[in-house]
Amino acid sequence: MDLSMLWYLVPSVLMFVCGIYGFMTRKNLIAILISLELMLNSADLNFVIFNRYLYPGSMEGMVFTLFAIALAAAETAVAIAIIINIYRAVGNTDINEVKQMRF
Amino acid sequence: MEVIIPILILAFPLFTFLLLGLCGMKMSHKVAGFIGIAMLGTTAVLAYIVACTYFFSGDPAFIFEGVRQQYQVFDVTWLAFTQTLVVKIGFLLDPISALMLVVITTISFMVHLYSWGYMEGEPGFQRYYAFLSLFTFSMLGLVVATNIFQMYIFWELVGVSSYLLIGFFYRLPSAVSASKKAFIVTRFADLGFLIGILLLSYYTDTFNFVELTQNPEIVLGTTGGATYMGASVLTWAMVLIFSGGMGKSAMMPLHIWLPDAMEGPTPVSALIHAATMVVAGVYLVARLFPLYCVVDFSLTFICCVGAITAFYAAMVACAQTDIKRILAFSTISQIAFMMVSIGVAYDKPIEGVHYSGLGYMAGMFHLFTHAMFKALLFLGAGALIHAVHSNEYTAMGGLRKYMPITHWTFLIGCLAIAGIWPFAGFFSKDEMLAAMFQRHWFWGAWMTMVAGLTSFYMFRLYFLVFWGEENPHYKEHKPHDAPWQMSVPLILLAGVSICAGWIHFGEFVTWNGKPYEIHIEAPVAFTSLLVAVVGIALAAIMYMKKNTIPEKFKNAWPALWQAANRRFYWDEIYMFITHKIIFNIICKSIAWFDRHVIDATMDGFAKVTQNVSYRIRGMQSGEVQSYVGWYITGAVVIAAIAWLCFA
Amino acid sequence: MFDNILIWFVVIPIAMMVGLGFCRNSGMKAIRTVMVVCSTVLLALAIWLCCDFLRLREMGVTDEMVHMGSWMWYEPLNIHLAVGVDGISVLMILLSAIIVFAGTFASWKIDPLPKNFFLWYALLSTGVFGFFISIDIFTMFMFYEVALIPMYLLIGVWGTGRKEYSAMKLTLMLMGGSAFLMLGLLGIFWHSAPEGGQLTWNILEIAHNNSIDHNWQYMLFCFTFVGFGVLGAMFPFHTWSPDGHASAPTAVSMLHAGVLMKLGGYGCFRIAIFLLPQAANELAWIFIILTGISIVYGAFSACVQTDLKYINAYSSVSHCGMVLFAILMLNATAMTGAIMQMLSHGLMTALFFALIGMIYGRTHTRDIRQMGGLMKIMPYLGVCYMIAGFASLGLPGLSGFVAEMTIFFGAFQDADVFHRIFVICSTTAIVITAVYILRVVGKLLLGPVQDDHHLSLTDATWFERLATVTLILCIAGIGCFPNWINEAINHSFTPIINALQASVF
Repeated sequence: MDLSMLWYLVPSVLMFVCGIYGFMTRKNLIAILISLELMLNSADLNFVIFNRYLYPGSMEGMVFTLFAIALAAAETAVAIAIIINIYRAVGNTDINEVKQMRF
Repeated sequence: MEVIIPILILAFPLFTFLLLGLCGMKMSHKVAGFIGIAMLGTTAVLAYIVACTYFFSGDPAFIFEGVRQQYQVFDVTWLAFTQTLVVKIGFLLDPISALMLVVITTISFMVHLYSWGYMEGEPGFQRYYAFLSLFTFSMLGLVVATNIFQMYIFWELVGVSSYLLIGFFYRLPSAVSASKKAFIVTRFADLGFLIGILLLSYYTDTFNFVELTQNPEIVLGTTGGATYMGASVLTWAMVLIFSGGMGKSAMMPLHIWLPDAMEGPTPVSALIHAATMVVAGVYLVARLFPLYCVVDFSLTFICCVGAITAFYAAMVACAQTDIKRILAFSTISQIAFMMVSIGVAYDKPIEGVHYSGLGYMAGMFHLFTHAMFKALLFLGAGALIHAVHSNEYTAMGGLRKYMPITHWTFLIGCLAIAGIWPFAGFFSKDEMLAAMFQRHWFWGAWMTMVAGLTSFYMFRLYFLVFWGEENPHYKEHKPHDAPWQMSVPLILLAGVSICAGWIHFGEFVTWNGKPYEIHIEAPVAFTSLLVAVVGIALAAIMYMKKNTIPEKFKNAWPALWQAANRRFYWDEIYMFITHKIIFNIICKSIAWFDRHVIDATMDGFAKVTQNVSYRIRGMQSGEVQSYVGWYITGAVVIAAIAWLCFA
Repeated sequence: MFDNILIWFVVIPIAMMVGLGFCRNSGMKAIRTVMVVCSTVLLALAIWLCCDFLRLREMGVTDEMVHMGSWMWYEPLNIHLAVGVDGISVLMILLSAIIVFAGTFASWKIDPLPKNFFLWYALLSTGVFGFFISIDIFTMFMFYEVALIPMYLLIGVWGTGRKEYSAMKLTLMLMGGSAFLMLGLLGIFWHSAPEGGQLTWNILEIAHNNSIDHNWQYMLFCFTFVGFGVLGAMFPFHTWSPDGHASAPTAVSMLHAGVLMKLGGYGCFRIAIFLLPQAANELAWIFIILTGISIVYGAFSACVQTDLKYINAYSSVSHCGMVLFAILMLNATAMTGAIMQMLSHGLMTALFFALIGMIYGRTHTRDIRQMGGLMKIMPYLGVCYMIAGFASLGLPGLSGFVAEMTIFFGAFQDADVFHRIFVICSTTAIVITAVYILRVVGKLLLGPVQDDHHLSLTDATWFERLATVTLILCIAGIGCFPNWINEAINHSFTPIINALQASVF
């Protein structure tokens, strides 16, 4: 079966927009982190898609995605650790409670 | 001539200054005074040796075929401005510098000796002697200058010694302000001098007096037709250089410092402000006389300034009460006399009449005699002040019985300055008046009138101090003659004042070095003698015994008397210009401008930066989600622009 | 590298810092020992360098620079540590060494944190010496910055009065100047070689290549002249000077007015004029106007100040204006005068600030209205102050006179009306200077004692005497025997004058 690139790209964009929406509207740090992961994954997806359709001979996109997944995992771990610490300090995980880092 | 003696003449006073200045405080008064007097005495002897060698040895270097030569004993490079314009320090011997060497060292020695008695027990006695030596050094350096820049250097140095000595009693505010005034006024005049030197040296490419004066026509040639504001460059230069002389010699309108300078110790007034430094202006004109001759305007200018000043100062002297001020105005008037005399001198024939520079010779003659008798008068005034502890004649009167030496020497001084035969002043004044009459009857008549005023105010002073009623305070505190250190100089100077007129001055000092035969011109001599006697007689009538005539005169023209007493308000005018206009308006507004405009602009830059950053710091809100919003908006905008531009 | 004597002028201050690092914070004795030893060595080295230079010139060596050396520093941009001195830099090094020496004694009892103070002081000296020995404009600029930055801390920590404000103002204004300067220097670098040649930072090579396009020269001249002019306190960029000097501690005022302001004049001369002669010829008039204003304006402003340090700061504006003014006259005599004025002003301002610091340390006020008759109480300091004053108002026999006269006579060589008017205006400064100096002397030293508490004050201590005597001897030395300076810098102007003349057509 011949699916064009568009069939893959549209869900990826949707996923990205969902991520943005979630990132900007959620108040819970965990939810924000999940939205972030959504955006990251949609970007990974794009890498794979473009690699597969535009440059089938090379593998950089695939390798990059693998890297990105590994990094995302590490990053999530760090982020969760930070969130836990914030929870310990502030008592909840509401983003509006952590506005200390300003002018 | 040996180089060593001229060098020592300059080195001894300088060494004395350094010695007393650096180690004086560790010496006793006696030792310091002795060192000062001994060193200056040696200097005086050396100066006499040099002058005698110059005048009498007949060495062809000094006198060649009957003409006295200018001889540079040494001339060493001090500072090279350009390849050709080099400042040198040297020692020039010619008639006038040899004359001045004698005058300066003589008077200075007398003053050193006199001060030993006068300043006894004053705190800062060593400092006083150090400053006197500094002054003597500077003045000697000035007169032996080989070039105009050396003269300027020492000109400034005498200015500062004068500043230091006027302000010797530095705890007194009046002395401080008088010294400041003297320095600033002369500095202002020196500015003109400096610009004059700049102009002259730019066109002639030399500072050297000999080169400048040997060929004045060449100097005129080098300046070419360069003119500025309607006058030739050389005229400007010479007038500006003369303005330096106006400052030092206290000519109108720069005379205001000299009367105030009387705040200094009296011997200092005798040395600096009567006999030596204040005649530096006359000396300067005499030194550059050939150059002044080629620009007629400048000589006429000198004449006018001198004539006005002479009359003005004589008027003011008639209405003063402070004896030193009277003498100060008398000095101004007499120096102006010399200025006019040199101003009327001419080295070239005018309309067929050859003047042979009589006025020049007479001016220098008067400089010499005036130095002697004016120093005598000032030292006499010092003795009076020493006796009654006041400068005002109201504290004196009838002193002739108490102070016979002072009385007789003072009388000799007064007779000399009034121009009574056979005292020194008669001869020099007669020559000056003769020169003025030769030039134009107006100058002669005007200055004869001034001479009459001179004898009037001098004898007014004399009668008020030595005759008239005795001051009641004498009973408590009986005045007496001064100690021998002070009397000896008085007697010596009185002797000189009697004899000096008989010197055949024309043989020694003339403008071109050729001897000039002095002959008394009977009509002129008779007139001036008559005028002087009338002046004395008037003074005797009015002041010899206490009577009401002076009061009547005073009440007849109160405004005139008041104006003369206040020196025709010159000080007030200067006060207005310097304090109200320059200080309050110019300086304060510049300082205000600096703080409130320039500095405020600089501060303004900082304030604007700070304000802007306060305004925009809200963007750093700490709300992560708003950052993302901005980020995305920015990304979209950039993408849109990129798309619009490149798609 | 270390066989070149010039390097030691940077090494010794660094050694000074290392030595201070080993001292304990309260170990006053050790700190002083390090400072005195190092600054004496520096002074000795500078005197030796000067004598050696005079000897070389006497032997007929007419090289543009001597003791040259060059070591690669950063290859890609062709930056070298290039050193070399001519007569002018030798004199400037001597001046710096004298003032560092005198400054050490003037801050004998600095408090608090003496060790840190001297550390920064040593860093400042490193920058100053480095600047004068460099002939690579990048290293020159680097040392320039090294000299500026410690100023901030020295004033901000050890200063008096509104010190934070002043420190910030001084640093920011000078940094602003540096920004201009950096632009100018980069511009010079990018045009330093003819098409396709190796770009260079070396002053001599740039001057030799003479490849800077005329249109660029105008811009670069303005940038560099303004950049250095800010440090030279040129109107209207002078306002850091009064506040900065008023707040700075004694030794820092001395070093700043005495040496750092000279970096400005030296830079204008060495970079702006020498490397951009065409623009210098054509744009000089703009800066002649500005510096002419500085001279008169500074003097008039000084007349009404009541704070001793403000008076001297404004007087510095006037005198440093004279330096830049003389440089802009673009002839050898006036430039000689400028160098003399730098020396003279450096020495006498250092003396002034040292004395003011000493007087302030005793009376705890700098307001001349609250003092009076100090001559009676502290005759030594009073006499020194008068000598400094006389040097400032140009008394013959002291250095100011020689410098000013050389400037006036040099400046008078330009016969056109514009130059004449400005020269005559600037000569009036000698009268105004006399007015404000005598005003201060009259109020501060003479007259009756204003405040009875002052009667118990003491005269100078031995280290204060040492500092002042050193400076006075130098001032009088230059004033009495000025011609050796002429001989030292005679040949140094030849390349500059040649460049200027070649670019007229």
